[in-house]
Amino acid sequence: MANSSPRIDVKKTYKLFIGGAFPRSESGRTYEVKSAKGAFIANPSLASRKDLRDAVVAARAAHAGWSSATAFNRGQILYRIAEMMEGRSSQFIDEIVALEGLTPAAAKKQVEEAIDLWVWYSGWCDKIGAIYGSTNAVSGSFYNFTTPESLGVVTTFAPSKPSLLGLVQAIAPALAGGNTVIAIASEKFPLPAITLSEVIGTSDVPGGVVNILTGSSAELAPWVGSHMDIDGVDASGLTAAQEKDLRVAGADNLKRIFRFKESQSPQRVLSFMENKTVWHPIGV
Amino acid sequence: MTFEYSSAPESKAIVKLEPLYKLYIGGKFVAPKSGKSFASINPATEEVLAKVGYAEKSDVDKAVVAAQAGLKIWSKMAPSERSKYLYRIARIMQERSREFAVLESMDNGKPIRETRDVDVPLAAAHFFYHAGWADKLDHAGVGVNPKPYGVVGQIIPWNFPLLMLAWKVAPALATGNTVVLKPAETTPLSAMLFAQACEQAELPAGVVNIVTGDGATGAAIVNHPDISKIAFTGSTEVGKLIARSVAGTGKGLTLELGGKGANIVFEDAPLDETVEGIVNGIFFNQGHVCCAGSRLLVQENIQEELLEKLKRRMALIRLGDPLDKNTDIGAINSKEQLNKITELANSGDEEGALRFSTDCAIPSKGFWFPPTIFTGVTQAHRIASEEIFGPVLSVISFRTPQEAIEKANNTPYGLSAGIWTDKGSRILWTAKHLRAGVIWANTFNKFDPASPFGGYKESGWGREGGRHGLSAYLKGAK
Repeated sequence: MANSSPRIDVKKTYKLFIGGAFPRSESGRTYEVKSAKGAFIANPSLASRKDLRDAVVAARAAHAGWSSATAFNRGQILYRIAEMMEGRSSQFIDEIVALEGLTPAAAKKQVEEAIDLWVWYSGWCDKIGAIYGSTNAVSGSFYNFTTPESLGVVTTFAPSKPSLLGLVQAIAPALAGGNTVIAIASEKFPLPAITLSEVIGTSDVPGGVVNILTGSSAELAPWVGSHMDIDGVDASGLTAAQEKDLRVAGADNLKRIFRFKESQSPQRVLSFMENKTVWHPIGV
Repeated sequence: MTFEYSSAPESKAIVKLEPLYKLYIGGKFVAPKSGKSFASINPATEEVLAKVGYAEKSDVDKAVVAAQAGLKIWSKMAPSERSKYLYRIARIMQERSREFAVLESMDNGKPIRETRDVDVPLAAAHFFYHAGWADKLDHAGVGVNPKPYGVVGQIIPWNFPLLMLAWKVAPALATGNTVVLKPAETTPLSAMLFAQACEQAELPAGVVNIVTGDGATGAAIVNHPDISKIAFTGSTEVGKLIARSVAGTGKGLTLELGGKGANIVFEDAPLDETVEGIVNGIFFNQGHVCCAGSRLLVQENIQEELLEKLKRRMALIRLGDPLDKNTDIGAINSKEQLNKITELANSGDEEGALRFSTDCAIPSKGFWFPPTIFTGVTQAHRIASEEIFGPVLSVISFRTPQEAIEKANNTPYGLSAGIWTDKGSRILWTAKHLRAGVIWANTFNKFDPASPFGGYKESGWGREGGRHGLSAYLKGAK
């Protein structure tokens, strides 16, 4: 029987992404996100220090498996993310149009660039060692080689916009290098990040390899700086003052902290890798 | 039957000590503004070798101005010509190698056998290696047309004074930077001899500047606004202080810091060779080595046999006059360091580990510590976690390879590790799981200018040596 009332759409609850699950903030806090035109859009979670610590635990637990997966396997999974994003393009475009206030064409361009960036970094997984590792001609009867390997747990503060492309620029190279990631989403424009977490959740990425927190960068940055089990930080989206404080706190465990400009660069991958050199005598 | 060794002292005649070494700034030897100086002593005899100028902030300022002037010439010079200056320096170091070796032994306390066969040849090799890079920087891995930082401040430790200078200065110069270098307070003399070598090489004024002093001199370098990059080798504690100091300044920073290297011996290791490796790993250079194999992880079922062989071998180690060509272990570099080693070794006794030291004669003058191992060490003991930086080995057993990895990685450091086994696949498996920057399999404490060196975790930032080390002195697109 026909219902004459207009259909009420089913709105989504936007949650965090930690350890492959979608929890609310343990703090129970949310914050209001509005469209570029000022209309209410959503109440995403305002992640707390405890959420960050939970994410670090998940990322650390996932690191052994992700870093020892074959590079070919990691490359396929990153490519899978691109495939899954492609299918949800229109949702990303709608979110970017609503939040960033871009034209649909400009939003579409951003989404396409983000998808293509996954493809680009996917291809680096099994080549970075060949290009940036080395066999070293030492003077003596030794075989000596250097290979880049993952740093560990990396936290990323991407620039607040472009919200989706900025986030992918931060996450993809860290993952390509075998790291596990805690990404702090764009504070003002968090919805594409949350949608990306849903894409990642269905792209064969093991739970905990990517964790995405929405909330306040200013609030979370000091806790990231002082957390002793975070190895590296992409500080590209922080202010100079926040970055300085992060560096001071991060010195406690000598975090590797970088700020990037280039979107496509193997240096973004290498920055979160350590070089290991192995010597062995040659003899019969 | 025992063999006695007659002494075989290397002559000191080749070294012409000056009463006072001034600062080397802008191609000239200049007195510090304050006129202050301090003594550098021979740690084997406690005799004063020479006085050395004490650089304060105003002297560092002057050195930076000189380095900026040097930069105008150096960074614009054709790279192939820059290269030739580095080759010249390498050759002069080779020509004067005996002089460098004897002076280094006198100032540092390390055996002449080591300065002659390791420190000085490797230092010269570093200049030779990096000379060849100067005109190939597009291939350094940071993109085409990379740029130097500018004036680089470099602070080096006392354990390998000349070699650490070479590790720092050679790549900085090859990449078109100029340097202000501070040698360690207790071992400044080989750096001053290096300054003379720069003069002989006719290196343009201001390219290399050397300021002698202490921690305050180092702080003036670290905090200088016109220095674009800091390179530091030393303790993790000071490394963290420097990291905080440069936070927010935009300065580049590389750190080569402490370690607590695990030397892992599996049950199938060739024991005689392994014993040599363990001795080399912990007693080389009196254990004053950041990458020393200071934790011996031995598989439980061979522990007894291995330790018996090790103790027998340790009894043959000769401790004494660094200038005697038979000497294996020389003097501890300073009273302060000896106190630190003594205090940590005493904590081993207090915490319940069992000490074994060889019964060697200790000279009456100077600073000495006998080769020592502790057994019955647990992960909780201070001697299992803190860097001792002396000839003291902590022995810890394990049962399975997984347990060895867990114990080896159970440290905030991550500089070096050793693996002893006959099984190739086990070497590669172990090497893969160790969180350390340099891994020696069936060998230990090998160094080469072509081989990147540096640590994971709190052992530092970046690498020194090889293409990877070179790239730390270049700015590329990121």
